[in-house]
Amino acid sequence: MSKIKCAIIGPGNIGTDLIYKLRRSALLEPVWMVGIDPTSEGLARARDFGLKTTADGVDGLLPHVKADGVQIAFDATSAYVHADNSRKLNELGVLMVDLTPAAIGPLCVPPVNLAGLAEQRVMNVNMISCAGQATIPIVNAVSRVQGVGYAEIVASLSSRSIGPGTRANLDEFTYTTSNAICKVGGAREGKALAIINPADPPMIMRNTIYCLTDEEPDQPRITASILAMIEQVQKYVPGYRLVNGPVFDGKRVATFMEVAGLGDYLPRYAGNLDIMTAAATRSAELFAEQWLSAQTNSTIKELA
Amino acid sequence: MSTLLNEADSLKGRKVIVHDMSLRDGMHAKREQIPAAQMVSVATALDDAGVPLIQVSHGAGLGGNSLQHGFALHSNVEYWDAVIPKLKRSKVSVLLIPGLGTMKELQEAYDHGVRSVHVATHCTEADTSPQHIAYARKLGLDTTGFLMMAHLNDAAGLAQQARLMESYGAQTVYITDSAGYMLPADVKARVSALREVLKPETEIGFHGHHNLGMGVANSIAAVEAGASRIDASVGGLGAGAGNTPLEVFVAVCDRMGIETGCDLFKLTDLTEDLIFPMMEHIVRVDRASLTLGFAGVYSTFLLHANRAAAKYGVPARDILVELGRKKMIGGQEDMIEDTAMTLAKDRGLLAKSV
Repeated sequence: MSKIKCAIIGPGNIGTDLIYKLRRSALLEPVWMVGIDPTSEGLARARDFGLKTTADGVDGLLPHVKADGVQIAFDATSAYVHADNSRKLNELGVLMVDLTPAAIGPLCVPPVNLAGLAEQRVMNVNMISCAGQATIPIVNAVSRVQGVGYAEIVASLSSRSIGPGTRANLDEFTYTTSNAICKVGGAREGKALAIINPADPPMIMRNTIYCLTDEEPDQPRITASILAMIEQVQKYVPGYRLVNGPVFDGKRVATFMEVAGLGDYLPRYAGNLDIMTAAATRSAELFAEQWLSAQTNSTIKELA
Repeated sequence: MSTLLNEADSLKGRKVIVHDMSLRDGMHAKREQIPAAQMVSVATALDDAGVPLIQVSHGAGLGGNSLQHGFALHSNVEYWDAVIPKLKRSKVSVLLIPGLGTMKELQEAYDHGVRSVHVATHCTEADTSPQHIAYARKLGLDTTGFLMMAHLNDAAGLAQQARLMESYGAQTVYITDSAGYMLPADVKARVSALREVLKPETEIGFHGHHNLGMGVANSIAAVEAGASRIDASVGGLGAGAGNTPLEVFVAVCDRMGIETGCDLFKLTDLTEDLIFPMMEHIVRVDRASLTLGFAGVYSTFLLHANRAAAKYGVPARDILVELGRKKMIGGQEDMIEDTAMTLAKDRGLLAKSV
């Protein structure tokens, strides 16, 4: 079966890790890497993997979209250029998977709402943030049992895993993640905190999720729901692990998680990178599955 | 030549801007529960005593109200609205830690009369502050870059980080001894390294904690090496064993001929009449706060560790030492309960699985 061809925009940590994830996919194939600096190491790495590259930004990719059959693009640049990238590629029918905090398309956390988005045939899905991918499943696991008035997440990230784009734009990270805790997590109010820790050896990504339930928490049901959700995430991020909790303290439910990565581009401590690229890949795969099965169906019809 | 050297050695006539932290760092020592009326009493007394800058906010600064850092008795806006209109000369400042506080909240602070800001990052992560420092300058705030847990970076490394903050627009850069770990020679080396690389017009500041009893000595060492701004708390009201006690620092400055413009006896009255009665626990060097300074742990972790110790039956000292070993930094308060639970499991005090 032929794979769906993909372009990656932004050859930094995220973009490079995506190459690994896409090459492993049974449904997706990375064919283009888009950068802006011809001397960048990221573009050189992509060429080593056999991808075509351009240093002229998305405009350098556009003339090749049809000829090379690119159907999905992953944007790992910044919130400020994403809207332009998305508009240009959407016009050519390319589905945009947004890994910036731009969030112009619907927010997506695969085990929570991906299936619904794929049915709606949207042309842009936003992956929120690494902290969002790591914590919102747990917020949702609590809010699907009973009402959550307030959820707060604390993400501790290894300094070495945070690229210059995120560093220079931490507020966007905060706003986008806080918003998604409500929209996707199901809390009425949300707050996101990020801490960048330079410890050496680097610390594995840690996340703490606090939920305040409206009524006294139903402890057995919430615990079961959280454990079931963790299993769902582990399907695409095997290193997603419960360290402590859930701890119940009045109406506060605290869950202490760790995310170890696969060690593709950055070492295993950079679980934040993995959960983002793995979630993006899984999202793209679900769309690809639908297209490929539709193709197969139409081929069968033609043959019949 | 020798006359010049003598003049350089003497601090007589040097001017230092003291910046009171009791109504921000002191919030930690009060579990964020200072009533607005009490803030007004303290702030107006500081104003009357000639303290030029007073930091007023949740202990963790903008965005601090949270499950992670505790909910204060009032919002930051309520505190500013209570305090700022009552001040004659002093200006009010806030703390902004990117990743917790945002530019929206900085704008709000400005709208309510705040005129100075400490934009704080961990001592190796200055590049998470460019948008906040630039925004503070755009608002016309007195803008400081604040390098926390500065004992975890060496002098040359800190100088690089300070250069970054200066390049974003910071007018002052602070060496911040969040753990109260440094000794005077450590402070001198770091301030000197900053003085060498920063522009002459960029000021250098020092923020101390008294966990090893070195708050005043470290602050004087900083002034000797070229610092012109010192954070201190009246009565020492601050996290851990408290900040550099402001009135003690002012007394030492008076003796040395360093000019702070503050009235010592007004400050000692304020300490005795208002601050000491406010303290729920005596803010001083004790078993746990000394451990912070000795192990190099963020001072704010103290009360959290005491609470986790009571809940899980693991001594606070063991929790703090483990947090130090794991190199946890400011903002990672969630890791205190997590660490206490993991230690409790290892010791058979808590079931291993949920």
